[in-house]
Amino acid sequence: MKILNKIKYPLVMLAFVALLAVSPIFNSSDYYIRQMSSIIMFMVVSLSWTIFSAPTGYISLATAAFYGVGIYFTAFLGEYLPLPVLMLLAGLISFVLAFLVGAITLRLRGVYFTIFTFGLVELLKNVVLWAEIKYSHTRGRFVASFPPMTVFYCILGTLVVVMILAYIIKRSRFGYALVSIGESEDAAAHIGINTTMVKILAFAVSSFAMGAVGAAMATRWNYIDPPIAFNATMSFMPVLMAIFGGMSNMAGPLIGAAVFAYLQEILITSPAVGKTYMLIFGAVMVVAILFLPNGLTGVVNKLRKTRKGAEGSHAHTGS
Amino acid sequence: MPILEAKGLNKHFGGLTAVSQVDFHVDEGEILGLIGPNGAGKTTLFNLISGAIPMDSGTVIFKGTKISGLTPNKICRLGIGRSFQAAKNFAGMPVRQNVLMGALFGQKGQSYAQAAKITEEVLDFVGLAEQADKMVPDIPLAHQKRVEVARALATRPSLLLLDEMMAGLNPAEVDEAMALVTKIRQSGISIIMIEHVMKAIMNICDRIVVLHHGAKLAEGTPSEISASKAVIEVYLGEALS
Ligand SMILES: Nc1ncnc2c1ncn2[C@@H]1O[C@H](COP(=O)(O)OP(=O)(O)O)[C@@H](O)[C@H]1O
Ligand SMILES: [Mg+2]
Repeated sequence: MKILNKIKYPLVMLAFVALLAVSPIFNSSDYYIRQMSSIIMFMVVSLSWTIFSAPTGYISLATAAFYGVGIYFTAFLGEYLPLPVLMLLAGLISFVLAFLVGAITLRLRGVYFTIFTFGLVELLKNVVLWAEIKYSHTRGRFVASFPPMTVFYCILGTLVVVMILAYIIKRSRFGYALVSIGESEDAAAHIGINTTMVKILAFAVSSFAMGAVGAAMATRWNYIDPPIAFNATMSFMPVLMAIFGGMSNMAGPLIGAAVFAYLQEILITSPAVGKTYMLIFGAVMVVAILFLPNGLTGVVNKLRKTRKGAEGSHAHTGS
Repeated sequence: MPILEAKGLNKHFGGLTAVSQVDFHVDEGEILGLIGPNGAGKTTLFNLISGAIPMDSGTVIFKGTKISGLTPNKICRLGIGRSFQAAKNFAGMPVRQNVLMGALFGQKGQSYAQAAKITEEVLDFVGLAEQADKMVPDIPLAHQKRVEVARALATRPSLLLLDEMMAGLNPAEVDEAMALVTKIRQSGISIIMIEHVMKAIMNICDRIVVLHHGAKLAEGTPSEISASKAVIEVYLGEALS
């Protein structure tokens, strides 16, 4: 029974991924596959975002920067390399970029870090725009296309990688160090944690998958330019999704991603709402912060605890 | 033989001189008291020793090694533990895990099993074993302050810096805290304690350093300090009255 409890969580996650993996059997329309790819992409991005930001409390708005780097990588090399290789390389470039950016910015604390990460998106957008106009004499470029099914399975594969990463990190010494930093960075440093190194490394690890799925999603557009690739919305979505879903366990960002990715799709295609959907998201976010401080999964946990508490009066099971 | 030696420490914040030309040392096995009015620069001095903030000039030698310029994590690993004036406990963790973090990271390559063993020893030692499963905000202030001390002890320091560990405690709790400090010294750890509670300073310190406006005003045994005219004028006069 104890063993079952221990592996229950990974089992549920495995079942979830397996379900997604076989779902094209029931619906293999291009529409479904594209839709699901986009939802799973948001799961990857928001779960990956929580690897660094949830334990440390450092809110990164750099997601769009790494995602955009991935998009541009495929725009440049999409014709020459298979998708998994593109994704792996784009992920590695994001990792290195995040490492360098982290080395500069993670000495900044709190809101200064957040502002800088957001500035990074604007900076990259403008640098790429300038370089394109100066050297390629164009504003944007065409992107090689890949079969939707390939994109779907590559993104799902990335989700598995991020889930494993998140699971392992949370239970490792590295994960304890991250949580300690979030609790008190000064105290963490004074008990022997190399806080700067731990933060930089976690930031880089969490950026890997953002670049990787950017490389995969690039193929959904025929033509990209810097404002498309480095779209600030992509920086806010994971924050919104993770806060809404809750960050105390892996299910939170996944549920948050599913809900908002689906909502976005509905709202963006509705003539009444269209591009103003971000306003609605903003309102939902405010409500979530006010009324669900631990997100949706936080509410579920609380309900489960009160139920357990009631049972506990009969038999003390311990936790 | 001194375990720690500080020479010519200086620190200013903008136009404010917080620590000015301070020299002092701590002998092996000694309890050194650090006193002075609020704003005298005591906490800043701790920050310079522990590496929390860089110093403008000066050197700190710990067990024969120059530690000034090192980061706090390195200084901790060399054997200096510290508690903070405004407690910086890990509020989201139970007491036991607070201490475990100290044990796990305080020494290079510490195994989980070894860290868990140290944690239980330290919890016992400071008298927190019964509170170990509670969250830090749920226990009394006096115990919260012990959590800080326990977490520092779990890093296995040979020198411990205690910043106003007794502030806000009632007389009975102060007695317990004094007993704990004495016990820590008996276990072979040298101590520098910043404290306003004169009873504690006078009873358990071997020597006292008095800071005033960032500079060292006096240094001596408790009886020398309590007889010093200069100290009585700037500090003890009001503290003892
Ligand atoms: N990080 C800081 N930035 C600016 N001024 C500071 C900082 N830390 C301390 N000070 C100032 O330095 C002086 C000494 O402070 P502190 O060392 O905390 O004194 P004490 O612990 O003796 O009460 C005070 O005037 C305080 O306001
Ligand atoms: Mg102070």
